[in-house]
Amino acid sequence: MLVIQGKGVSAGVAVGPLYFYRRAAQEIIRRIVGDTDAEWKRFEEASAVAAHQLGILAEKAREEAGDEAALLFETHQMMAEDMDFVDAVQGLIRDAALNAEAAVMDVSEQFAEMFSSMDDEYMQARAADIRDVAGRIVGILTGVVSGGIDSDVPVILASDDLAPSETIQMDKSKILGFITAGGSGSSHTAILARTMGIPAIIGVGDALKDEFEGRKLYIDGETGEIVIQADQLTAERMLTKQAKQQETRRMLSNLKGLPNETKDGQSIQIYCNIGSVEDVDAVIANDGGGIGLFRSEFLYLQGNTYPTEEEQFEAYRTVASLMKGKRVIIRTLDIGADKQADYFGLAKEENPAMGLRAIRICLSRPEIFKTQLRALYRASAYGKVAILFPMITSEWEVRECKRACLAVQQELKTEGIPFDPDTELGIMIETPAAVMMSDVLAELVDFFSVGTNDLTQYMLACDRQCDRLGKFFDPHHPAVLRAIRTVAENAHKAGKWIGICGELAADPTLTEAFLAMGIDELSVTPGSVLPLRHAIRNMDDPKARKRALKDLLEG
Amino acid sequence: MKEFTYVVTDPIGIHARPAGLLVKEAKKYPDTVITLTKNGKEVNCLKLMGVMSLGVKTGESVLVKVSGADEDAVAAAFEEFFKINL
Repeated sequence: MLVIQGKGVSAGVAVGPLYFYRRAAQEIIRRIVGDTDAEWKRFEEASAVAAHQLGILAEKAREEAGDEAALLFETHQMMAEDMDFVDAVQGLIRDAALNAEAAVMDVSEQFAEMFSSMDDEYMQARAADIRDVAGRIVGILTGVVSGGIDSDVPVILASDDLAPSETIQMDKSKILGFITAGGSGSSHTAILARTMGIPAIIGVGDALKDEFEGRKLYIDGETGEIVIQADQLTAERMLTKQAKQQETRRMLSNLKGLPNETKDGQSIQIYCNIGSVEDVDAVIANDGGGIGLFRSEFLYLQGNTYPTEEEQFEAYRTVASLMKGKRVIIRTLDIGADKQADYFGLAKEENPAMGLRAIRICLSRPEIFKTQLRALYRASAYGKVAILFPMITSEWEVRECKRACLAVQQELKTEGIPFDPDTELGIMIETPAAVMMSDVLAELVDFFSVGTNDLTQYMLACDRQCDRLGKFFDPHHPAVLRAIRTVAENAHKAGKWIGICGELAADPTLTEAFLAMGIDELSVTPGSVLPLRHAIRNMDDPKARKRALKDLLEG
Repeated sequence: MKEFTYVVTDPIGIHARPAGLLVKEAKKYPDTVITLTKNGKEVNCLKLMGVMSLGVKTGESVLVKVSGADEDAVAAAFEEFFKINL
């Protein structure tokens, strides 16, 4: 048995014969041409054909792998037509009387080297793109068609490095997995493999020898393991893992569109936590019921000045409209001295977790707060937006937040800008004070969202940043669970709903207890939606859930 | 000549796709020269490789210069373009 370790970049187990991808040889002959005008014309024609082919590939990619993959080929198309590229080729043809093939290769190497030498992994990976484009033009010039897979059975495909156009052009029904000698996790091949759900391993170097071709391979795209001549134990282990993964994937995927409801009829909403606009794709792909927590901090942390109302509006509106009427809960600015942008000019604090942070900043700097509220209310006209205020401890804070909201509504009305006056307002429950005051606070808002990470830190007086606390930092501490139960009871007494965001929401050992408390919504990472739905749909005994809750509350 | 500075907020900076969009946008104004400058290196916005070679990352600021026909209008259009796409 021989085991080769690579880097897994697209999960899944595949079993099949190894096949080396062969490119049609591209021997470039360098020569001096007599008629440079004719040579330039050859290039122009070949580059037009290449651009046309890339346009067709973009459409193919759109169907097979979505818009992101299509954009890649549209970019390739632009590279083929790019002025810098074309000018440089023209220079070599006209001034050096070089033949078109050699001119294209020279220029592409020049640009590829420029990208490779940049200090940015993403840009370095673009060297493969320009070589891919140049290879296509040269192929057209020399009349050589690019390589393919000449095999009747599906194979595990190995190559030095696959160009994105090669990956997308292949017949996917023939490919069980990819292995490349080089490559990076952010290469397009890795991204395409993930999108298409094909296991892929990169960076195996020269470990795969030619004589391995045709041998049966077991590969695990999660661990990066490649096994040749597997012994029985390894083969069984891999096959079991493969069967399990396929079974789980099929089972979970079948749950899309189904309610999160127990067999005895109790249901709960499962929403998602997101930190940027791009995360919405994953929410939709995993059938999240809404956005339970949209952290707005990214808008503040990425620039070196305050985000404008327009920038914020654009982000909130995009998410609200992508979610098509499903609830989108956006949390107002939640930063403090530990996590701040320099331009805020916050003074250094000994203990930032308890310092001037989150709503305390917003209430001390009303102009920052107002800009965000205006953007939020404007976005409310494009979907079902809800606003969530973090770090609340007192009744007056909530009243002041609501006053600020009313003032913004008044302004927008005067300016004739549309917004939803029924936009729900909620508060984070993450301080012991908010827990103790939850009966009073429930009267003032539409919903509660329990932030379990901070609630645990403040309840247990355990600093989240301190890694020496070990067993003292117990997120399952009965005090935390009792606090959540109290808050749930007070919310429901006032006729309001309650959700949980934070890590505990996705903790499968607590799901029964949360259902028993009557929690209305759990907000989790997109990948946790379907596994949680699965667990909930298999529950059938409300008494067992009550017992689970009782055990946890007693600790 | 009109100019403005802009801080890129796209999480991976002016990568291939936005660079392509930028070139496309610049092509709409054949009578106006639009350039991008980062750390003293200036490139013409019509050139994709040039724009990509700046390697502009998120949080970095670039200087956009517009000269030629309708400078004011084109500069305003580009400012808007940057805000939406970059």
